[in-house]
Amino acid sequence: MTTQEMGHHSAPRMSFLNDPVIRGIIYQVVVAAILVGFIAWIIGNTAANLAAQNKSTGFDFLWRTAGFDISFSLLPWSRGSYYWEAFLVGLINTLLVAVIGIVFATILGFTIGIARLSTNFIISSLATVYIEVIRNIPLLLQLFFWYFAVLKAMPAVRNSIELPFESYINQRGIFVPKPLPDEQFGFVWVGLLLALVAIYFLRRWAKTRLEATGQRFPVFLTSLVLLVGVTALVWFVSGASVAFDPPVLERFNFRGGLALPPEFVALAFGLTIYTAAFIAETVRAGVLAVSHGQTEAAQSLGLKEGDRLRLVIVPQAMRVIVPPLTSQYLNLTKNSSLGAAIGYPELVNVFAGTSLNQTGRAIECIAITMMVYLSFSLLTSAIMNWYNARVRLVER
Amino acid sequence: MTDIGFVRSEIVSARPAPNRSSGAIAWVRKNLFSTPLDTALTILGVVFLAWIIPPLYGFFFGNAVPPGGTVEQCRLENAGACWAYIAAEMEFFIYGFYPAQEFWRPNLVFALGALLLAPLLIPKVPYKRTNAVLLFVVYPVVSYILLAGGLFGLRVVPTEQWGGLLVTLIISVVGITLSFPIGVVLALGRQSQLPIIKTVCVMFIELIRAVPLITILFMASVMLPLFMPQGTTVDKFLRALVGVTLFTSAYVAEVVRGGLQAIPRGQYEAAAALGLGYWKRMGFIILPQALKHVIPGIVNNFIALFKDTSLVYIVGMRDLLEAVKTKNDSAIEWQSANTATTGYIFAAMVFWVFCFGMSRYSIFMEHRLNTGYKR
Repeated sequence: MTTQEMGHHSAPRMSFLNDPVIRGIIYQVVVAAILVGFIAWIIGNTAANLAAQNKSTGFDFLWRTAGFDISFSLLPWSRGSYYWEAFLVGLINTLLVAVIGIVFATILGFTIGIARLSTNFIISSLATVYIEVIRNIPLLLQLFFWYFAVLKAMPAVRNSIELPFESYINQRGIFVPKPLPDEQFGFVWVGLLLALVAIYFLRRWAKTRLEATGQRFPVFLTSLVLLVGVTALVWFVSGASVAFDPPVLERFNFRGGLALPPEFVALAFGLTIYTAAFIAETVRAGVLAVSHGQTEAAQSLGLKEGDRLRLVIVPQAMRVIVPPLTSQYLNLTKNSSLGAAIGYPELVNVFAGTSLNQTGRAIECIAITMMVYLSFSLLTSAIMNWYNARVRLVER
Repeated sequence: MTDIGFVRSEIVSARPAPNRSSGAIAWVRKNLFSTPLDTALTILGVVFLAWIIPPLYGFFFGNAVPPGGTVEQCRLENAGACWAYIAAEMEFFIYGFYPAQEFWRPNLVFALGALLLAPLLIPKVPYKRTNAVLLFVVYPVVSYILLAGGLFGLRVVPTEQWGGLLVTLIISVVGITLSFPIGVVLALGRQSQLPIIKTVCVMFIELIRAVPLITILFMASVMLPLFMPQGTTVDKFLRALVGVTLFTSAYVAEVVRGGLQAIPRGQYEAAAALGLGYWKRMGFIILPQALKHVIPGIVNNFIALFKDTSLVYIVGMRDLLEAVKTKNDSAIEWQSANTATTGYIFAAMVFWVFCFGMSRYSIFMEHRLNTGYKR
């Protein structure tokens, strides 16, 4: 700061253009002017184009009837439904496949990531081959493979392949028995919830006791007994029962049961397989990031193998794993938009595809779709920031 | 004399040799059978391999119909992959609807590209700067003239007729070449002290990174024509290129930002103390160090871009995946149980070779450029 002032005083003839502050302002004004001009130009062009094509704008189309079919919907849907309902159906379908994909990809990814770290040559090689093959092939191609080459090549309904538990797989998807819980079953859920609450308090109590007296309490075993025992007890006492409605082959199709359409199966399966490879790499990097000295220090403290992992290694590895893991979850959610290419009615397919084509409101539809993904992203980064702040407190 | 209580009368026999710590048996013991669990896993792995390898071998080699085979062979009950189909449709997979008598033009473009790229990738070859200028400035112009025609008596080939691997490579090469400088500029803008420039860059990067590529491509294909003055038509090819480039540049920007942040403040201050202006400071001091740090990340982005080019299929472009899918669905003369599977496996192998090659090269470069940061 002082040098600048001195420069001003000692060399008054220096051009004001060489003052970094003034230069900065000039640059910014120029950039802002170009940007504003560019946007104005685009808006002008768009308005002219829309006027020329006699197209109206605005979000009023959301309250018009859509009049198209959606093959798979959790919400009631008919041709008479409105466009905003189509939006909702697409959003829910996106979330459904994303949640299922995230759950399975996490399980598979952690398994493969740990397998890759195994000292066993065969296991680690198998994991490496899986990761290197899956990561280097485009997801869309994998989806096409699962959908067109595997599921569409399944036998026709009449010759369905029978799976265990009265399930069937054929060209039209997977048919599984539908669980039909009776009215008493609500008690079982309550029991499960109570057991979870009890476990939470048990853990807290065990931790306080450990810190106060140094005595350990077998938390895991007790929790397991609580969880299974309480739930089973409530189940028997309340006399709840779950009937299963198996799919039955009729002349042309299956009746009853739960039908998972092939688009959904292919998308969920493809997303799981693809994302698991990336999660596996994340997990491997996280575990490798914990230095071997930590393991040795834990050993020298006399911790058992399980405690060593649970108390020393995993918490430190998780700090490295969680941020990239969340971004993988976000990627999976964004990648679920590829379902549009195989006809799974998710947000992009239903809203930025069919609705856009029918209404011609390109700008509105794409803006809404982008806003949805943007809010997913902002939500995720907000959660991430909160998590990072929390684990940072643990650090020195 | 000292009292000696014990005198050994015979020579101590040699101790048994220690367990081998090298050689095949030791390796097997260490890597396959070190603990009971390890042994169980090994057995499990061997069973899995024994279960999966024979059918895979049968599908890919044993029962496969080699190039030159007939469709009748592919339709046999236990036939494997139908490589004959791939060989017969290879031209379509590479060139799409490009006119057959003009194939020498894309071939020349491929050859020129390989000829210019290879010396750039081998570190010992000199004249890197000339080479880079030729590849990134001269080569695209020459390629465009060659492929599109219209000049020097070359027949005009509209972009609608381009297809297959040719389009995949064009989109990825142009995307990579353009997104890198844009990404670097965006990263510099994001690190800038000037609030307006910083805000614009941050908003652009975050918006693009938040949405899936497919919505950007939709936007490019549906909204770009609306944004242009009336009467101008934007080539479909160009729309996809704009979408892919903008998308990747935002990701490259974030990776480069990581590199910029990893440079110690002292480097910035030392550069400023030498009296260098902003661009010289960045160009000579900061960026060379920062980019070296982030090579793996940038290459990862390029691999992602290469894979993502397959998405242009959704906005109606004819890339490799589209070519394979079209033939799978429409080549009636090659209809058999394994035709579609073989087609997709072929496409997967092509993508895999390119992506795996890039990732190996990035690991090689990382080791080479590792000038003492990791000790």
